[in-house]
Amino acid sequence: MTKLKAAIIGPGNIGTDLLYKMLRSEHVEPLWMVGIDANSAGLKRAAELGIKTTDKGVSGLIDSGGAEQIDLVFDATSAKVHAANYEALKGYGINFIDLTPAAIGAYCIPPVNLAEQVAAGNDNVNMVTCGGQATIPMVAAVNRVQPVSYGEIIATVASLSIGPGTRNNIDEFTRTTAAGIEKVGGATRGKAIIVINPADPPIMMRDTIHCIIDDLPKEDEITASIHSMVAEVQTYVPGYLLKNGPVFEALGDGRYRVSVYMEVTGLGDFLPKYAGNLDIMTAAALRTGELIAERRLAQGAKA
Amino acid sequence: MNILGKKVILHDNCLRDGMHAKQHQISLDEMVAIACGLDQAGIPLIEVTHGDGLGGASINYGFPAHSDEEYLRAVVPKMKQAKISALTLPGIGTVDHLKMAVDCGVSCLRVATHCSEADVSGQHLGMSRALGVDTVGFLMMAHMISPEDLLVQAKIMEGEGASTIYCTDSAGYMLPADVTARIGALRAGLRPETGVGFHGHHNMAMGVANSLAAIEAGALRIDGSAAGMGAGAGNTPLEVLVAVLERMGARHGCDLYAIMDVAEDLVLPLMQRPPAHTVRVDRNSLVLGYAGVYSSFLLFAERAAAKYGLQARDILVELGKRKTVGGQEDMIEDVALDLKSAESGWQSNPKPG
Repeated sequence: MTKLKAAIIGPGNIGTDLLYKMLRSEHVEPLWMVGIDANSAGLKRAAELGIKTTDKGVSGLIDSGGAEQIDLVFDATSAKVHAANYEALKGYGINFIDLTPAAIGAYCIPPVNLAEQVAAGNDNVNMVTCGGQATIPMVAAVNRVQPVSYGEIIATVASLSIGPGTRNNIDEFTRTTAAGIEKVGGATRGKAIIVINPADPPIMMRDTIHCIIDDLPKEDEITASIHSMVAEVQTYVPGYLLKNGPVFEALGDGRYRVSVYMEVTGLGDFLPKYAGNLDIMTAAALRTGELIAERRLAQGAKA
Repeated sequence: MNILGKKVILHDNCLRDGMHAKQHQISLDEMVAIACGLDQAGIPLIEVTHGDGLGGASINYGFPAHSDEEYLRAVVPKMKQAKISALTLPGIGTVDHLKMAVDCGVSCLRVATHCSEADVSGQHLGMSRALGVDTVGFLMMAHMISPEDLLVQAKIMEGEGASTIYCTDSAGYMLPADVTARIGALRAGLRPETGVGFHGHHNMAMGVANSLAAIEAGALRIDGSAAGMGAGAGNTPLEVLVAVLERMGARHGCDLYAIMDVAEDLVLPLMQRPPAHTVRVDRNSLVLGYAGVYSSFLLFAERAAAKYGLQARDILVELGKRKTVGGQEDMIEDVALDLKSAESGWQSNPKPG
């Protein structure tokens, strides 16, 4: 079967885990791994797997003729670097899947709006945040039954799964996730909280989703909608589990709280299983790339 | 123990930590009256924020009677000598909240992280420094790591711009020797110009004793709350601490009778009006201290216990076993549902059909 060819920019933990997943993909073939450090363990690992590598960043990719060979770029660098990468590679007919918080393109949460994003033909989609990938599907599952006036999520992640990029820019997580709860989840107002837990052995990622709805909840319909959304996420993140809920509670002022308690266990491809927060990002990104690939292959892609 | 002549800067927390005990339902008038009383009693620093810090208004932690901004704009202009501080937890509050607080006239920002996660404080400490206010790093649940490890984390905050670092006993778990070891390590290892502080909880009735141990080991700033109003069994009762400091000849600069009167005439009636909660070492708050659990989980665990027919103690102990940290209030209902289903085979998430 023909596959679309992809470059991964950023050979860190996320980029490497994405590469491992991509090697199993039926629609996307990893062709290039792009880094900026000749001594990067991630670049060496990619080279050992037979992937072309450059340590000269995106200009290295362009100078080697790589930009003409690829259809997809998965960017696992940082918000600032992504903006430059997108600028440099525009005009090569490439679709960008952005795993940084840059959010140049529209937010993409696969089971909620991937089809819509792909149909719109945007050349750059953003994967929001790990907490957003794990929780926004649940907000949307409630919102498609009854409007959510307020959606709040609490993502608790193992300390070992949170790298310096997130730690140094913690506000980007809270802001971007809250925006995603509104724009993709459909809540009128969104709030996001992240808690880092250092327990040893590390905890699995835990996510709590609270939605406020303004009329009597249709409990059976909401419950069914949540279960079907969980099943959709499980198609690409098998360890996405409903631990408890939905819990329905009257707030005493005519409004109701709907709460869902999730746990996310990663596949353990390159990252450890407790890093479900990173796994759900790489899995969602690949899922997005695959749907773009299906569509582009149907339209006839680069030879 | 000898602390004769030692200088102590007292920091009242009844209008921030005490918000937990009031489920964040303190009126603007109450807030202003108590702050003015503390100001007149000579308390140099008073914290005013949602119990979980700036931006804490949420389903997870509780929606307050008024926004942080409303409280701060009401209180700050009324102060004659006291400085107002605000707390923030990165991951909950953002730098936008810090800018708002400073715009309201806050002159001290305290940035709180779990004791082992100091490196999430950089953005907030940096902003606090840039705003030109007294910048404090606040290492919570400090009983969970060794004094040596606590120093490593304190140095990260010092490097990010904090000029005072707190050892925070969020669970009220520490005994005086634990405090001596931690404050001693911070005092010996941080720069001489960096201040050291201690924030206690009274769950094991160690608030005053721990504060004395902290002062003796080199802490300059000590947190307390008038009438002890705070999460769990409350904070170190400030009027009691002032009386003890007076007897021991430490220099605290506050008026003992005035702080006694604030506690008795203003804070106690506030605790007694609905939603009433008597802050004392009861069995559930004692369990917090005994098992090392975050103090503000108390009322959430009691409500979940009532809702699901469980004992709050069992929920709290299970939260301790799961090594939960500050901010994980969402795990309380989750644990209650797990305990309930383990007890009765009852299922909270029956599959439809």
